[in-house]
Amino acid sequence: MDAFTTLKAVAVPIDQANVDTDQIIPARFLGRTRDRQVEGFFHDLRLDPNGRPREGVTLNNPAYKGAKIMVGNTNFACGSSRENAVTTMVDNGFRSFIAPSFGDIFFNNCFQNGCLPIRLPAERVARIRVILHELPGAEIAIDLAKQTVTGPDGKTDSFEVDPFRKEMLLKGADEVKITLGYESDIKRFEDKQKQEMPWL
Amino acid sequence: MTAPRTMFEKIWQRHVVVDRPDGYTLLYIDRHLMHDGSSPAYARLKARGMNLRRADRAAATPDHYVKTDHRSKDVPDPDHRRLLNDITKNCNEAGVTLFDLGDVRQGIIHVVGPEQGLSQPGLTLVCGDSHTSTHGALGALAFGIGSSEVTHVMATQCLWQRKPKSMRITVDGALHPHITGKDIILAIIAKIGAAGAVGHVMEYAGSAIRGLSMEGRLTLCNMSIEAGGRAGMVAPDDTTFQYLDGKPFAPKGANWDKAMAFWKTVPTEDGAAFDREVTLNAAEIAPMVTWGTSPEDALSISGRVPDPASAPDAGKQENMKRALEYMDLKPGTPMDGIAVDRVFIGSCTNSRIEDLRAAAAVAKGRKAKIPAWVVAGSGLVKQQAEAEGLDRIFREAGFDWREPGCSMCIGVNGDTGVLGQRIASTSNRNFIGRQGVGVRTHLVSPAMAAAAAVTGHFTDVRKLLGQDRG
Ligand code: SF4
Repeated sequence: MDAFTTLKAVAVPIDQANVDTDQIIPARFLGRTRDRQVEGFFHDLRLDPNGRPREGVTLNNPAYKGAKIMVGNTNFACGSSRENAVTTMVDNGFRSFIAPSFGDIFFNNCFQNGCLPIRLPAERVARIRVILHELPGAEIAIDLAKQTVTGPDGKTDSFEVDPFRKEMLLKGADEVKITLGYESDIKRFEDKQKQEMPWL
Repeated sequence: MTAPRTMFEKIWQRHVVVDRPDGYTLLYIDRHLMHDGSSPAYARLKARGMNLRRADRAAATPDHYVKTDHRSKDVPDPDHRRLLNDITKNCNEAGVTLFDLGDVRQGIIHVVGPEQGLSQPGLTLVCGDSHTSTHGALGALAFGIGSSEVTHVMATQCLWQRKPKSMRITVDGALHPHITGKDIILAIIAKIGAAGAVGHVMEYAGSAIRGLSMEGRLTLCNMSIEAGGRAGMVAPDDTTFQYLDGKPFAPKGANWDKAMAFWKTVPTEDGAAFDREVTLNAAEIAPMVTWGTSPEDALSISGRVPDPASAPDAGKQENMKRALEYMDLKPGTPMDGIAVDRVFIGSCTNSRIEDLRAAAAVAKGRKAKIPAWVVAGSGLVKQQAEAEGLDRIFREAGFDWREPGCSMCIGVNGDTGVLGQRIASTSNRNFIGRQGVGVRTHLVSPAMAAAAAVTGHFTDVRKLLGQDRG
């Protein structure tokens, strides 16, 4: 997994609340190999049924080209557990998501793919989205070690991140490898369970 | 004396392998369910040169990509054909129990798990699918995970988790006739919102929940994720034990007695504290129908399409406007009477025998005015329904009786609506495009879906069945 340390990049705002992972990548793209899922990225939001770019859609505005940060709204990326929602974001350049709250599974899936989901207070996130609309192409700076986000207005907020997840991201660590280091604990658990729950 | 504990707390504590000082827990996973979307996770396991740590704790069935008009794996889409063949190859190689296409036990994984007795009280259970919350109906801690976590479970039988918070939803009182688990969960989501339970494990309690059959509880827990919940659960009781008794993978003989002794210790203890409590009055719940593009956009069939002008803030107003535009609905329109183009009865929410019975009771002696599909949740459900003559009732009413799978819930197998169609669906997500590009989904119970089929519009099923509206 790629490490995540600092990121300074263009940020794109997504205003709707409850953006679900079916919007981020519609289900019909899921069966494909990863390299052919890239175009699924917000496909039906970006394009009309005839495949033409929809007008007035922020994601179609070339001013946000090269964005690596997405600033969403409440319950961002809720719904289906499809990890493709994170991988298609990654394959379209995104590495960090800022929102007041996230769908739990998407939030977990981010860390598995070297991405940093950041929760900030709803008012601050709303303010950042407004600025990003006013100044398309404006940048946000994130420092994971310091746990800070500096908005396009120069204002810096600190954010919470689980120490375990932080360490993993900073090192680009392999979670399976870490867990295998606990082999004796797992074995002990299994032996005990075999005694206690013989029906399993 | 230790403080009284919730069911969630007890199951959690019992499965802790390692508690790190930073608040992360390595949690043991008792049961791992897989479907035809799990093969990328398996490929990553093999790429590491590893095998499943506990193939004996895993089970699989293809559901998302199977066709519902035939049982062949020879589907036209090469990607889907590969997924359907991979699940067979992988399970055979890894020694995982597989209910494959052609096996009467095949079906939607969240129908098959309980039906086979794989889902049991007090267990931790995961699957690479958000509706894994379904299995909590048996008193298990069951939750959906992403594909990387699936690989992690395959490799280690464990998951790193931060302990979620707990939330109890108490529904007391008597339900009116024809009010189902689906109406209850839609009423709950309408009340607390699609993000109402984010970060929480939900326990459903109260007399109305106790009174639900296992099918009703499965429907209820299934949509916990639609309220943002990490998991949903119902305490095991006699309904649970009777349901499990005799199921193929349920304990037998002396093991049954041992398991029972344990299962009885699973429920929440009196006086246990939850981080949040929500209550609903069962008597106030009517047949529900959604009007928008989030499951929280649900109201009673006697309600009217809401007006964005009534939204509490500008953001919500904008969201409502967008939803109504997509759904092509005008504020103030009575829900009862809105014309429907098509009906889908199926999905892991509502495709069990009781669901089909409820729909058949409405279809009986009537004729569908619009195309209506019935897709049983598993081969065994289909077989049971046929033994009861439900297939005949549906066919005579002009409904399409199809083979088990996810079908139009997600449409990845090609079962989709067409642009602009309005569908009354017993599934769980009315997201934009969920049932096809530009398709408008309204979530309802099986009886309400059947009522829409035979009238061609949303209609209060209680009127059709001549029941007192109480
Ligand atoms: S029926 Fe629908 S919600 Fe359930 S597992 Fe299949 S696709 Fe997912």
